[in-house]
Formats: sequence, structure tokens, C-alpha cells
Amino acid sequence: MAEEVLLFGVWGSPFSRRVEMALKLKGVEYKYMEEDITNKSPALLKYNPIHKKIPVLVHNGKPIAESQVILEYIDETWQGYSLLPKDPYQRAVARFWAKFIDDKCLQPVFKACWGEEKDREKAAEEATELLKFLEEELKEKRFFGGESIGMVDIVASIIAFWLGVFEEASGVKLLTTEKFPKLCNWAHEFVSNGVIKENLPPRDKLIAYFRNRFGGANASK
Amino acid sequence: MAEELKVFRTWSSPFALRVVWALQLKGVPFETIYEDLSNKSSLLLQYNPIYKKVPVLVHNGKPLAESLVILEYIEETWKQTPLLPQDPFERATARFWARFGDDKVLPSIWNVFIKQGKEQEEAMVTAQGSLKYLEEELRGKKFFSGEKIGLVDLAFGWIANLVDVFEEVKGVTLIDHENHPLLLAWKQNFMDAPIIKESWPSRDKLITKYHAMLEAYTAKEAAAK
Repeated sequence: MAEEVLLFGVWGSPFSRRVEMALKLKGVEYKYMEEDITNKSPALLKYNPIHKKIPVLVHNGKPIAESQVILEYIDETWQGYSLLPKDPYQRAVARFWAKFIDDKCLQPVFKACWGEEKDREKAAEEATELLKFLEEELKEKRFFGGESIGMVDIVASIIAFWLGVFEEASGVKLLTTEKFPKLCNWAHEFVSNGVIKENLPPRDKLIAYFRNRFGGANASK
Repeated sequence: MAEELKVFRTWSSPFALRVVWALQLKGVPFETIYEDLSNKSSLLLQYNPIYKKVPVLVHNGKPLAESLVILEYIEETWKQTPLLPQDPFERATARFWARFGDDKVLPSIWNVFIKQGKEQEEAMVTAQGSLKYLEEELRGKKFFSGEKIGLVDLAFGWIANLVDVFEEVKGVTLIDHENHPLLLAWKQNFMDAPIIKESWPSRDKLITKYHAMLEAYTAKEAAAK
């Protein structure tokens, strides 16, 4: 049966890029549909009526939304490269960290870089405390997934790449080698990986985008 | 090796209840440790240093936190009475709904309960929107997971035992017969299910607890103004 895999995403979104990384690591062929968030396509609204967001993966006509749900689906559907470990406890630990990154880290990291001036310092402190947990979790591992890139690394790509973009665009520095030697090392290894490198958005374009979209609001205060 | 399984919980935590129900449905024996959240045990803090919350599952000395993560672990470790379907797409759909419950439904219903004025009104609009999706999702089904209780039902269990408590304490209506007949039917089926009902938190105790919580919150907000 001819397989049809569609991915609705946005070029700069860490959430749709995660899905692309997973598909590429698994060697899955897919058709990419770039969405304009200010003018969402009828297809996107049909496939994700509840959240109306990207990413959405459509596999043989069946839609899946929510990036981490999609990552698990990809791992279960296509064999070959494993995104999650086999052992149930290790899988649970991986799910825990993936959830930690999205539920806890993202907001303070974003607020530290792009929030109102008065909120930034506190958000930076919070973000630093949270990043410390990730630094500790890495221990002596090359990747969160061990020897090879796994689901946690893919979810953490927002820290490996997008955080650096936020830092350059906003002038806020969170991920220093003094405070986070392991995390910085990991970030470098991660973005240097062949498959990952090819699936990151162009850095300069992304910096300009974030500066434009979020930087102006604070300048006017 | 003798298996050692512990669940750290409180009597009322809806998240811990999910874990309790999952283990009981699968017939897995475990030891319960009740926590006093105003005086957390050193063990809890050791096992869940990041969130410092219940539930925590400790299996042969290895701790896990976050109820949905724990549910998936339970599902993968004890295969009897499956809580998730086999098909990857159906599993993805179940995971989607479990997340929707925690990310969208719960916060909006909580805000209807705890907030006042405009914030409460806005929360009610969001909550009704979310509840409508749940009502639609139940069409043609006895439980969210189909004929039998599954992970999604356990994830939504708090709707069955907390929403009417919120309604009574706050004096609001969230779920009603006109708009949510299927959700009410689901609630009754869920509450009546063997095993589920054996671990049902006392409604009177819940009323007392949430009444006190609402009073304390409201007083704090008033003092802050």
C-alpha cells in the first residue's frame, strides 16, 4: 500500500522541527506543508480542530496532533531507529524529562528572554534552576538518550538550538559554559549531528524573526 | 526477588487516584504511603526532588513521578487488563485526550472554581468549550476507551468525583443534563464500576476540603487588593 505521510509545520517552530527530526532519523518519507499561522489552511483546521495548531502529522489520512504524542506515534509505527529505550523504566524516565522540558522549562526560558523587563530576572533565576536539573540528568552521557539521540534530545532541541537564538536575539544569556558545561557540550554535539543539522531552521533568519516579533515590545516601554 | 511496589499519595489527590485505580484494575498489589503535603516526608522529597508532589511510584526502589508517565509505565510493566489499545493511531488518540484533559479541561474548570468575576466568566467559556469536545468524543461509547475503562477514563476520573463538588461549593453549574447527557452517563458508569468505586474519595470530605480551600484563596485575594 502506498503510504502517505503529511506534516503541517512552520519553518521556525521547534515543535514541528521535532517531528521532522524524528521522521528523518527513522528514514520516513513525508510531504511537508508550511503553514501561515496568521492565515491557517482549511486542511490544518480540519485535521486539528481542537487546538488549531501545528505540528499535525497525517498518516494515511489519519491526523495526530501534539508534538510529543506524534513522536511516540512515530516511534511505535516505524521500526529501525529507536527514539525511546526498550526498558519500561528507562522509557518512563525519558517521558518524564520530555514532559519536564515542555511543561516547566519553556515558559521561564521564554520569559527570561522576551518577557517584560520587570519579570526577566526572576524568570532567568527560575530557568537556571530548571536547566540545572537537565545538566545533572546528562551525567556522563553523550546524549540524553545515551549513545545516540533519542526523544528527550529531540524535545530538548529547543534548548540546544532555539535558546541560543533567543539569547543572540534578545541579549539575555542563560546557557553559559561556566554554569552548564555538560549541557553546552551536549548542545554542540546535538546540533553537529548530520541529520539534526540538516533539519534546523536557518539561524540568521530565525534571529531576525524573533527580534522582529518579540524584541520591539520591550523597546517601546 | 520479591517485588516491592509503593505508591505515595494523599487521600484526595486526583492524580494519585489514577495510579491507584490503574494498579487495582490490573490486580497488582502495592503498599500505600499517605503524605501530608504540609509536611512532606524526606522520602517523597528524595524520590521526587523536582516537583515534590504526589503521586510517586517506587518499583523495586526505582522512583517515578508524573501520573500520566506512571500510568504508561504501569501499562508496559503489567500487561493484564490493558488500559491502552494496541493500534498506534488509537494509542496516539488516547494520549491526545489524556493531555487535553490535563492541559486544557482541568485548568479552565479549576479557574471557574477558584476565580471570581471576569476571570471566572472567561474560564467558564473555555471550560464549556472543552466539555463540548468531551461530550462529542463520548458519542457511541460507554467509556472514553470504549466498552471498558482505560487510560483516558482514569485520566478524566477527577471529572467524575470533583466537578460536582466544585459546583456545590462554588454554586455554579458546569455539567448539566441538557448539554452533557453523555458525560453524565459516563460519570455514573465510571462511579459504579467495581474497583473504581472501592477507591472513591469521600464526597463529604471533599466538600469540606474544597470549601476551606476556596475560602482561604478568596480571603488571600481580598487581602492582596
